Amino acid sequence: MSLENTHPKEVKQILSKYPPEHKRSAVMPLLYLAQREEGFITKSAMQDIAQMLEITETEVASIVGFYTLYHDQKAGKYRMQVCTDLPCALRGADEFLDNLCSNLGIKVGETTADGLVTLESVMCLAACDKAPMFQTQGPDGIKYHELMTVDRTMELIEALKQADREEK
Amino acid sequence: MAYVLLRHRDIPNFDRLDVYKKNGGFAAWKKAVTKMEPAEVTNIVKDSGLRGRGGAGFPTGMKWSFIDKNNWPHYVVANADESEPGTFKDREIMESNPFQFLEGVALGSYAVGANVAYVYLRGEFWQLAAFLDQKIADMEKAGYLGDNLFGTEYSLKIYTHLGAGAYICGEETALLESLEGKRGQPRVRPPFPPAYGLYGKPTIINNVETFANVPMILANGADWYKSLGTMDSAGVKVFSLSGRVRKPGNYELPFGTTFRQLIYEHAGGVQEGRPVKAIMPAGASSSLIVVDDKVLDTPMDYATVRTLGADLGSASVIVLDDTVDIDWVINKTIHFFKHESCGKCTPCREGNYWMKHLTSRIHSGTGSKDDVDLLLNVAKQMQNKCLCALGEFSTMAVVTGIERFPQDFKKAVKA
Repeated sequence: MSLENTHPKEVKQILSKYPPEHKRSAVMPLLYLAQREEGFITKSAMQDIAQMLEITETEVASIVGFYTLYHDQKAGKYRMQVCTDLPCALRGADEFLDNLCSNLGIKVGETTADGLVTLESVMCLAACDKAPMFQTQGPDGIKYHELMTVDRTMELIEALKQADREEK
Repeated sequence: MAYVLLRHRDIPNFDRLDVYKKNGGFAAWKKAVTKMEPAEVTNIVKDSGLRGRGGAGFPTGMKWSFIDKNNWPHYVVANADESEPGTFKDREIMESNPFQFLEGVALGSYAVGANVAYVYLRGEFWQLAAFLDQKIADMEKAGYLGDNLFGTEYSLKIYTHLGAGAYICGEETALLESLEGKRGQPRVRPPFPPAYGLYGKPTIINNVETFANVPMILANGADWYKSLGTMDSAGVKVFSLSGRVRKPGNYELPFGTTFRQLIYEHAGGVQEGRPVKAIMPAGASSSLIVVDDKVLDTPMDYATVRTLGADLGSASVIVLDDTVDIDWVINKTIHFFKHESCGKCTPCREGNYWMKHLTSRIHSGTGSKDDVDLLLNVAKQMQNKCLCALGEFSTMAVVTGIERFPQDFKKAVKA
């Protein structure tokens, strides 16, 4: 199913931002829209976007591959992305991530057994004064969680679990 | 002193249009569109001495005057891709003082005759983009954006555009490529964006903080702005302070404030009262400054920081205390740059790959003195060989780290 059919309002609104002769500019917002469905971008979604913007599928795939917030593989419902760059590391981000790993019983890059959380280590998120911090990337977009402790993170995961159960 | 940029810290609910307006907001915008020629706006900004706040410090008014008037349409792009490790100022400005930033974008657009402006935000600022969309809608409803503004011929639309996690898109030509729907890889310059920018049209790109200064300059005059700061660097700057200080955060201070004042008077000093070992004044892209009393008493402006063998850049000051090993620091910065190199220029792509191998080995204690020499050699060979500054910046901490803190590397390869 094309995004034009499933999300006609959003697609129209996105395309209206750019000159019609440069509609290729819409590739990034359209990819976000496609990713919202399954948490990653499927091959057919790439074909759909390529057709809509009159560019090749390879060009769309090269955008997906270049930018870190697009994913072509399924992962947990939420990606928990901890910043471990220099300023955060100076305020305990590495230890925080290690402790989080042992609490969750997974390594960086792995997903919890219930499929809820994939733990990742990422580059600077512009919150250096509020480390340790991470963002969650999920069906409801991207959210920041700052000045975190392992305990507060476990509480957050519990709340996400609860919400997920209620959804189902 | 009253805040110039972080005015939300003085005035509650400053992110509301009525509050912003009640405190003088949009007066400069209305006056410019109804009573001033575009060139007059550019001239005031030029006279104010405002320099670009994204890191390069290029004179803003001069950049605006470079716009090619024989090629239309013109575009304005606000660079909100804030991604330099240690930098978190634009985020606070947009989150808490959005209208002053947007009014600055509008004034810049009027000055260069653009009818469309884009705000390019890093993808992680997903919530912030939705927030700005609301603020833009508020401005449209109030008649500050849209067609035939204030009954004149002039029309302006502002749109947000989200990136998707690529540090390189903070580089202006990579940002333009990304906005055009391509991979964010820098273009060969010249031509520069004021001649050949978005969709090949003349384009002015400025940092968020740069734009946020403009309404205040128009409202209070170029002389007022010049009276703040130093001869070399006019006005105020938001310093993002991070690392081993007691109170990290954003501090808006006039240029010329010393490192000591920033760290000790404003941020309460170093954690556990430890001494400062090194300062990185421009985030991960910095040279490392060996700190002594003379350095701490150095006024922070573009020219003076250069006398310490470093650049002020975007003024993202990272403080390292005496417990921090410099071989660990460069292992961290190279991990970042290896990940963020866009891959276009061979010296940067391959150089960072090999530097990462070397810094990992040295930091893990399995390296030798030869590894340190090789690392320095690789870094120096990369310099002056890349299209954009990323390749160059990635070598700064490596070269200055090894040359200025040799004892740390001796210790690391012996351990």
